Amino acid sequence: MYLDDMKFTDTHEWVKVDGENEVTVGITQHAQELLGDLVYLELPAVAKQIQAHDIVGVVESVKAASDLYSPVSGEVIAINEAVIAEPALVNNDPHNSGWLFKVKLHDLAQLASLMSVTEYQNAIGQ
Amino acid sequence: MQRTPFYEAHLAAGAKMVEFCGWQMPINYGSQIKEHEAVRSNAGMFDVSHMAVTDISGLEARPFIRYLLSNDVAKLDKHGFGKALYSAMLNSDAGIIDDLIVYSMPFGYRLVTNAGTYAKDMEWIESQAAKFQVSLTKRRDLAILAVQGSQAIAKVAQIKPELAGPLSSLKPFMALEDNDWFYATTGYTGEDGLEIMLPNKDAITFWQELLRAGVTPCGLGARDTLRLEAGMNLYGHDMDETINPLECNMDWVIDLSDEVRDFIGKAAYLKLKASGSQFRQVGLVMQGKGILREGQSLIKDGSEVGVITSGTFSPSLKLSIAIAKLQSGVTENVTVDIRGNLEAVKVTSLPFIRNSNQAF
Repeated sequence: MYLDDMKFTDTHEWVKVDGENEVTVGITQHAQELLGDLVYLELPAVAKQIQAHDIVGVVESVKAASDLYSPVSGEVIAINEAVIAEPALVNNDPHNSGWLFKVKLHDLAQLASLMSVTEYQNAIGQ
Repeated sequence: MQRTPFYEAHLAAGAKMVEFCGWQMPINYGSQIKEHEAVRSNAGMFDVSHMAVTDISGLEARPFIRYLLSNDVAKLDKHGFGKALYSAMLNSDAGIIDDLIVYSMPFGYRLVTNAGTYAKDMEWIESQAAKFQVSLTKRRDLAILAVQGSQAIAKVAQIKPELAGPLSSLKPFMALEDNDWFYATTGYTGEDGLEIMLPNKDAITFWQELLRAGVTPCGLGARDTLRLEAGMNLYGHDMDETINPLECNMDWVIDLSDEVRDFIGKAAYLKLKASGSQFRQVGLVMQGKGILREGQSLIKDGSEVGVITSGTFSPSLKLSIAIAKLQSGVTENVTVDIRGNLEAVKVTSLPFIRNSNQAF
């Protein structure tokens, strides 16, 4: 489930490097379990410049609305239209087809400050 | 924290357990939306053993209950035993202490009250009972399982074939007793079905039989979306001791037809009725994205005109719905303040869903 090529935040987002300076961002398995059935997603606009720790969207489940934080700084280059149409995809496959948005990074070095798989698993008590 | 007789069954079914009113209860078994859909299309089962069953017997059971409750159990007389009635239990200011169902029984009456109000209810009922020749028996020896959906009665009849005939001939709000088991055609989902009280020792076996028969375990999450679609109040949210019964659609369970009957809260309620109510209960539907939630303000022309008392996402309508308190006379151009943004909502009647179809 939590693969070595993923990095994490303490707000339960994951980051995967796609090559060059681009990453994909989503929310973790743990996050979707906590949230329950997702019903709406608000994602950042394509071409938007975002900073790490910014609130860039909303992840809304039946239970509650949760802010979506950006784990990285850069430019949004794509968002996952499939999850906007079908939020349940994030519950079913949060680490792959349930990805949320892609970012072109200003620098890759910022990834070093994110948590590793082991650190995240410790943080969530697994 | 307390556990119901079904606790091990919940764990075996993969339930996500939460603390609810001092009880370990299942919030879902993986997807509350799938559980909701199972009830609307087939059959689901809910452990509601956290609710309280209190049997009232004794010489003055009938006058006691007629005094204690806003609705009049005299209406049940012509049906004999095994008839159910929904009622409020008011305080002397006509504030609602709890909502409940009362059943006419051979020994007197059976009350089923909410888990969240247990301590308050028992203290109140016991102190009121002191003035009457009655006995109160708390039935913690009984588990309660609600089986709801168009196939619910059929599934139960599969497991209890000797009761198939009697169960299928029950009309809504009736009950039948079979040894220590009690089957009532009541529910909190807007679907056909049963609420079944059974000895604790039989709980897990019955659950497993229903599971094998294809009934879906359903948690508190689905319970809430189902009852909201059905326009049913949730105590502590849509109504409480501070909300006037006229403002939360509870006036219809306050029976004034027997003028001679005095009941707790009657005088105060008559005053409220006479002065009229500034607010009434409505349904709200949001066309756009976002979820209506309890506590959000309703705004019209820059003024606050009401508040949402409970809200959620409706899996059947695939939109957000809410029950709200809205100023009398306001019917349109209402917006709701969602995290600082004003979003348009449509004011509707309740319920939203009846017999699995849109009803507003």
